[in-house]
Amino acid sequence: MSRLSMLMPALVTAAIVSFGVTPADAYTAYVTNEKDNTVSVIDTDKLEVIKTAKVGQRPRGIVMSNDGKWIIICTSDDNDVKVYDAQTLEYIKSLPSGPDPELLTLHPDGRRLYIANEDDNLVTVVDIQTSKVITEIPVGVEPEGMGMSPDGKVLVNTSETTNMAHFIDTTTHKLFDNVLVDSRPRVAMFNSAQSQLWVSSEVGGTVAVINPTDRKIIAKINFSIPGIEQEAIQPVGIRITKDDKIAFVALGPANRVAVIDTKTFKVLKYILVGQRVWQMYFTPDGKLLFTTNGASNDVTAIDVANLKAIKSIKVGRYPWGVVVSPK
Amino acid sequence: MPIAVPAFNSRAKTSKFALFSTFFAVFGTVCMSFANYAAAQTSPQPIPIPTQSAQPQGAVVQMLYVKEDRDKELPVSLLDQPNADDGIAGAKLGIADDNTTGRFLNQSFKLDVIEGSDLNDLIKQATEKVAAGDGFIIADMSPDSLLKFADALKGKPAQIFNVGNPDDRLREEDCRANVLHTAPTRSMLADALVQYLVWKRWPNMLMVIGPSANDQLLADAYRRSAKKFGAKIVEERKFNVDTGNRRADGGFEQIQQQISQFMQGAKDHDVVLVVDEDQVFGDYFPYRTWVPRPIVGSAGLVPASWHPALEQWGATQFQNRFKRLAGRIMRPLDYDAWIATRVVGEAASRTHSTDFKTLYDFIHSPKFDVAAFKGVALSFRAWNGQLREPLLVNSQKIFVSVSPQPGFLHQFSLLDTLGMDKPETKCKAYTQ
Repeated sequence: MSRLSMLMPALVTAAIVSFGVTPADAYTAYVTNEKDNTVSVIDTDKLEVIKTAKVGQRPRGIVMSNDGKWIIICTSDDNDVKVYDAQTLEYIKSLPSGPDPELLTLHPDGRRLYIANEDDNLVTVVDIQTSKVITEIPVGVEPEGMGMSPDGKVLVNTSETTNMAHFIDTTTHKLFDNVLVDSRPRVAMFNSAQSQLWVSSEVGGTVAVINPTDRKIIAKINFSIPGIEQEAIQPVGIRITKDDKIAFVALGPANRVAVIDTKTFKVLKYILVGQRVWQMYFTPDGKLLFTTNGASNDVTAIDVANLKAIKSIKVGRYPWGVVVSPK
Repeated sequence: MPIAVPAFNSRAKTSKFALFSTFFAVFGTVCMSFANYAAAQTSPQPIPIPTQSAQPQGAVVQMLYVKEDRDKELPVSLLDQPNADDGIAGAKLGIADDNTTGRFLNQSFKLDVIEGSDLNDLIKQATEKVAAGDGFIIADMSPDSLLKFADALKGKPAQIFNVGNPDDRLREEDCRANVLHTAPTRSMLADALVQYLVWKRWPNMLMVIGPSANDQLLADAYRRSAKKFGAKIVEERKFNVDTGNRRADGGFEQIQQQISQFMQGAKDHDVVLVVDEDQVFGDYFPYRTWVPRPIVGSAGLVPASWHPALEQWGATQFQNRFKRLAGRIMRPLDYDAWIATRVVGEAASRTHSTDFKTLYDFIHSPKFDVAAFKGVALSFRAWNGQLREPLLVNSQKIFVSVSPQPGFLHQFSLLDTLGMDKPETKCKAYTQ
């Protein structure tokens, strides 16, 4: 930390010398607003909401098709997953999902969508082209987190009441291991090298880092923020920079995002964002990270290079999920 | 430059550390910088997927639900009428949840249920069940029966969970080492409500006390709470319940008159605190008082361990699961019994064991805690075996708040601002 801050002015100079200063590319961020059944569309250059569109009931998890043409949303109270045109936000179709879908992840093949059915202890696998259910995988009580390995071979699902990370072989759709973590695991996230799997435990207040090769816990990360009671520290969303150096962990009602060195597992910094911060997403260039702040009804943009919150953008009621377009 | 910073080997052009390594690259050679940048596209290392070996034979954790049937006057409201499976349904859901988890650890969970009004018979049956391996017993009994039951099983491999009883004495002077309590105490419930009233700056209470022995104990708990948190009971009135009116035609007309008259001439108060643990008259008070004041306590704003409409902290799916299983909404007794089964399930998965002694030791260790849809982990107080939990302050349709309230402090755990704290305890059975 101290070494970094000492070198910061030099870093900035180096950046100018080597690349020159170029404006960030404009992408589009989509934010699901759980309580008013809308999606807020944000221009990531202007950092403004440019459109708000009605979607299904209680939108939560959101992903984008690999070609960037569709946004795919868990509309939990409709008990399905809905597909919208990313440009026009027009409704295209519904995908069968099983009851109460919450979080989802798309396989790198661009077709297989894996959906956590929180009410039914299942992960449902759907082909987004044919809209057909491929299979259902029984998992623990209240499945939620869905971490896909970058090579698409392994899916990790977390179950909130069973307190496990379930390792699923995406070829056979069979579980091959279950790792016990602290209470109420919410999110599972692989790093790019697939050498680490991060799992956040909301009630346990910790993040477990698991070695995917032997499924042993390498590190358990604890958090402590002066002036914030320990019970308010509830880790949920996790994002890891593309170079695997830094992880961001959203701490829920602690209203902060922790910045963690992935080698030492030390917390480098806590970035104050909005209230009850849950999910996060990087812009494709890795320059910005957006956080959904459910209780303050806004989204915070974090400058990744400087580890600073640069703006909070008012969206709808109870923003839940966020995704950024690939272009 | 001889500065080695291997940790900051660049893979992406955008992160701080990437810039960092570029910085060193600029100091070295431009070529190095490009080499580093080219290294950005790494392929992920493959994850070996083990072949599935044959599953070993699973072990079973056996639990027992013992319900003592007691004569109770029916509550005023049809909505509060007892269900035959009150509590039992909560335990069944907990067993189902434990089994879903147990599937991944080759553990299974089983629940026996015995029910009756003859305590000696219940003790006899339970003793046989314990001998057959039922190590964890959920007990819904009157206080005296619970004590006899616990004493009869003393020294046997059995851990009892009290779910049906709020009596503080069971955790204090009459505490038993083989009993844990997942039901909140009267003092915890009173503290949860009074904290909220103090937070609201509505500290002046007119206390209306029913005639039952339980009502006197609950009134004591409120007196203690008022003193503890700086609220004030401005006046106490005894309410004699005339049950004959309740179902008579036109009974409401009588009540409309009587409650109003009963409440005349009271000292100034912010709220009317109705103490009616068995719910036989408290619900007559809202909207029928002499001066317009909110009703709190056993009617109106009521403290409890659960609310059937709670959706915070991921409880929605839990409520739905219960409704599917029981065909009704979940009550506090169901929740308290569910916690008991989850305590055992949690201990089994954390210890990877189904052995009674292993589970017992873990549950009684400081390492133990369990999530139960309250946003924080719950644990047991080491000095008297009482579950430490946030409590809800409920209106009929939704919960209004959750206590502990902001601003009430404690040196160890905020949750210990509710109920009897360690320095106050009279329990000797738990070593301190």
